[in-house]
Amino acid sequence: MFMIFGIPGPLLFGQLLLGLINGAFYALLSLGLAVIFGLLNIINFAHGSLFMMGAFAAWILLEYLGIGYWPALILSPLIIGAFGLLLEKTVISRLYKLDHLYGLLLTFGLSLIIEGLFRNYYGSSGMPYQIPPALSGATDLGFMFMPNYRGWVVVVAVVVCFATWLVIEKTRLGATLRAATENAPMVQAFGVNVPRLVTLTYAAGVALAAFAGVLAAPIYSVNPNMGSNFIIVVFAVVVIGGMGSILGSILTGFMLGVVEGLTKVFYPQGSATVIFVVMVIVLLMRPAGLFGKAA
Amino acid sequence: MWGFSRAQAAALLVMVVLVVVSPAVLYPVFLMKVLCFALFACAFNLLIGYVGLLSFGHAAFFGMGSYISAWTAKNWGLSPELAILLGGLVGMALGVIVGWLAIKRQGLYFAMITLALSQMIYFICVEAPFTGGEDGIQQVPRGRLFGFISLNPDMAMYWVTAIVFLAGFLFIHRIVHSPFGQVLKAIRENEPRAVSLGYRTNDYKLIAFVLSTFVAGIAGGTKAIVFGIATLTDVHWSMSGEVVLITLLGGLGTIFGPVVGALVVSAMENYLAQFGAWVTVTQGVIFVACVLAFRRGIVGEIGAKLRLAL
Amino acid sequence: MSLTRRALLGSTAAAAALPPRRSRAQAANTIRIGVLNDQSGPYRDTGGTTSVICTRQAVEEFGSHGFTVDVITADHQNKPDLGASIARQWIDTDGVDMIIDVPTSSVALAVNTVCREKNRTYINVGAATADLTGKACAPNNVHWTYDTYMLARSTGGTMVKAGGDSWYFITADYVFGQQLQRDTSTLVTKAGGKVMGASPYPFPGTTDFSSYLLQAQASGAKVLGLCNAGADTVNSIKQAHEFSVNKKMKLAAMLMFITDVNALGLETAQGLNLTESFYWDFNDRSRAFTKRVVPKTPKNWPNMIHAGCYSGTLHFLKAVAALGAAKAKEGGSTVVAQMKAMPTDDDAYGKLTIRADGRLMAPAYLFEVKSPAESKGPWDYYKLVETTSAEDAAVPAGETGCSLVHA
Repeated sequence: MFMIFGIPGPLLFGQLLLGLINGAFYALLSLGLAVIFGLLNIINFAHGSLFMMGAFAAWILLEYLGIGYWPALILSPLIIGAFGLLLEKTVISRLYKLDHLYGLLLTFGLSLIIEGLFRNYYGSSGMPYQIPPALSGATDLGFMFMPNYRGWVVVVAVVVCFATWLVIEKTRLGATLRAATENAPMVQAFGVNVPRLVTLTYAAGVALAAFAGVLAAPIYSVNPNMGSNFIIVVFAVVVIGGMGSILGSILTGFMLGVVEGLTKVFYPQGSATVIFVVMVIVLLMRPAGLFGKAA
Repeated sequence: MWGFSRAQAAALLVMVVLVVVSPAVLYPVFLMKVLCFALFACAFNLLIGYVGLLSFGHAAFFGMGSYISAWTAKNWGLSPELAILLGGLVGMALGVIVGWLAIKRQGLYFAMITLALSQMIYFICVEAPFTGGEDGIQQVPRGRLFGFISLNPDMAMYWVTAIVFLAGFLFIHRIVHSPFGQVLKAIRENEPRAVSLGYRTNDYKLIAFVLSTFVAGIAGGTKAIVFGIATLTDVHWSMSGEVVLITLLGGLGTIFGPVVGALVVSAMENYLAQFGAWVTVTQGVIFVACVLAFRRGIVGEIGAKLRLAL
Repeated sequence: MSLTRRALLGSTAAAAALPPRRSRAQAANTIRIGVLNDQSGPYRDTGGTTSVICTRQAVEEFGSHGFTVDVITADHQNKPDLGASIARQWIDTDGVDMIIDVPTSSVALAVNTVCREKNRTYINVGAATADLTGKACAPNNVHWTYDTYMLARSTGGTMVKAGGDSWYFITADYVFGQQLQRDTSTLVTKAGGKVMGASPYPFPGTTDFSSYLLQAQASGAKVLGLCNAGADTVNSIKQAHEFSVNKKMKLAAMLMFITDVNALGLETAQGLNLTESFYWDFNDRSRAFTKRVVPKTPKNWPNMIHAGCYSGTLHFLKAVAALGAAKAKEGGSTVVAQMKAMPTDDDAYGKLTIRADGRLMAPAYLFEVKSPAESKGPWDYYKLVETTSAEDAAVPAGETGCSLVHA
């Protein structure tokens, strides 16, 4: 067995790969956050709860209606996206004229409500959700057993991230979106219904979170706390990537996953903290984040 | 007098009377908790309410103050007033470092840096042997004030806490209503303008930050002495969230807001404890209601109704 | 104007929020029990409301003996400071005579301090730390269901005997996990095995255990000891299956409850070894107890903590009845002395005794989780592998470090 820095090579590769998988979740979640922040200027602290709701929607579909993983992968984002639509219409739309701070506080409050309610009804020891049969089992990569499902997660995450980026950067719809971010009244003047665009964007960001939730359901048990475990990290990802930068949040998501994975090899206790160290360093060196435009 | 308007002086009088009278009616240990949180929130309010800086990591100073007081009181046998003071000073020392790094950035980025640094301090508290990890520092003696007045009776402890609270409260008020405080408010309203007037705003912000962390450390230290325990709860980011909640509910930038907020939030936690996760739900509802319906908070709204600055 | 309004507002708010301090005299003939546990966090299902239900069940079955009993409850959210302040307030203002359950070792120790200072009966059921009957033992406390030593001895000891002589630990990096790892390591090395390494992980907040699992696998150890609890245990076992770690190493969940097995599902949990001191399907009496309780908590059947709350409450009430309510009110140490003087007898735990240091002397049962094919009905999850006698399952009397024993 060969060694790298005193660590067996296979172990190191294994950890890098695992980091990439975690990074896939970070990327998917921070992508949604970045889209929402870009257009709405809202820091959606409730993102973690919506991610959790996505996982719960999949579980509820299976438990009560017998609808399995594959349909849930489409249905759950639609359901939670619709919920997001409602949320934007009723509550969040009232905040656009206010300071960032209020958006943060409001969505923080929303996340407390959502998580509290789910904890009340479903307890917190977690609901089991099986890996779909087509993706169960593991592949022997030589240096580790790679569960097929996790491989699938990475592939799907990359595809979805890339597709989102493509839509925003290369299509007409994306161009309108970006224009609305820059100057909403101007776009409105061109006859675009900006409020509706904003609502749909929020719903889309929420749907992305729910999609990540369904992907996560078979890996972590479906648990009311699953979102709050992620949210602070994902937050850091978005800040490090540069608030509102789509590509930045995707790349940073994967990158931080890997950094975290490496930390787990060398100093496991510090794995929860390393991201904040990176965040402070980045913010002090590059105030607008790694990929953000200077304000 | 001391920068108090007549209405504020009247309100202050009411507050002092309530502080003196209420232990005859209410459970003193609960009141001490309210006073500690009220002081903590006053310190936080100095930053958000008067300088416009949202620190999302204030638990670090509160918690470190609490650890230091608990540790010195328990292991060095320090008398309570010295232990609390030391807690405040260590909170302040941390505040110098964190503040110096954080004021380089504005707005959200300031909040993010304070959050990140406080997460690191949390991590240190988890790993460092002196904090006792998950156990925390337990069985901290209340000790004897100035070496001879035993604080074991709840009422003796209560009077000490009340005095610490009132002193801290007046201290913050004095800062806000000094020429220094005027500059802080100018920074809150329009920082570039303050700069163009020749003020080195970063120095002002740093001093405000450090003063705030000193008071936060004092509040944490007092809490540790009152309850005889210092734990990770005090440094966790949810404590930072709680102080935001208290201040927001009471009224940002009002002198009495943090005090009323602390009373309401503590009472709620106490009496909803039996309903499990409903505490979380209620806190969430309060956040949402505050942001949507009364952004000025309880005291702010009352003040607006009466056309008075409270 | 502002003065009167403010004063009015302040005093009504305060009056509405807080009941006045109750005088203790009115409660002279009422014994008040406080169930203090996690009702919203990761340990909600292992204790939580089902513990409250089981405590109430005991009160109901005990009936009337010349004094009334009432039960109040609170959520300590796994925070030691919150737990201690609730306990203090319960005793000071609500006249609580006995506090029961209190999972999470750190909270358990904090509440222990308060109860000793105020001399109230403290029956700990839910926490693992062996210190409760060791260096933190007190004349007013009893530790009911299990502790880290018992788990290490039963699960650890048996697995070493069965050939699992090299271990790797995945440990929740706080007092409970560390203590469990320490106790298990000691037993493993004593039995001739060795410890190859350990991965402490940040608690709470870790959901992904895969990297620790890979490190465990790379260590070449035969047994993977999971020194964690609740949702963490469930997640780490699930992920061990995903990475096929369970094919190369034997999994030992050092602390696992039947409620966790239910959360995991038999498909994944089958074949696991775990230790409890109570199983509902153990004998006629335990089945009878379960039959009475399950209608009140149909989704969460009793595990050893829940049964312990029932058993502990019943024994406490018997001791109070023996002393008379007025004498029992004198202090926790009086009641606990009486509890130690008489044997327990109830449907959940049967006939047992309490040792001088406060440990309930209960045998520990090592179970294996059934396969889905073997399970014949709801919650039919365990088969018994081995029984560790009460004497062997408790820290040897001379080694606890408890000051009461030498006195």
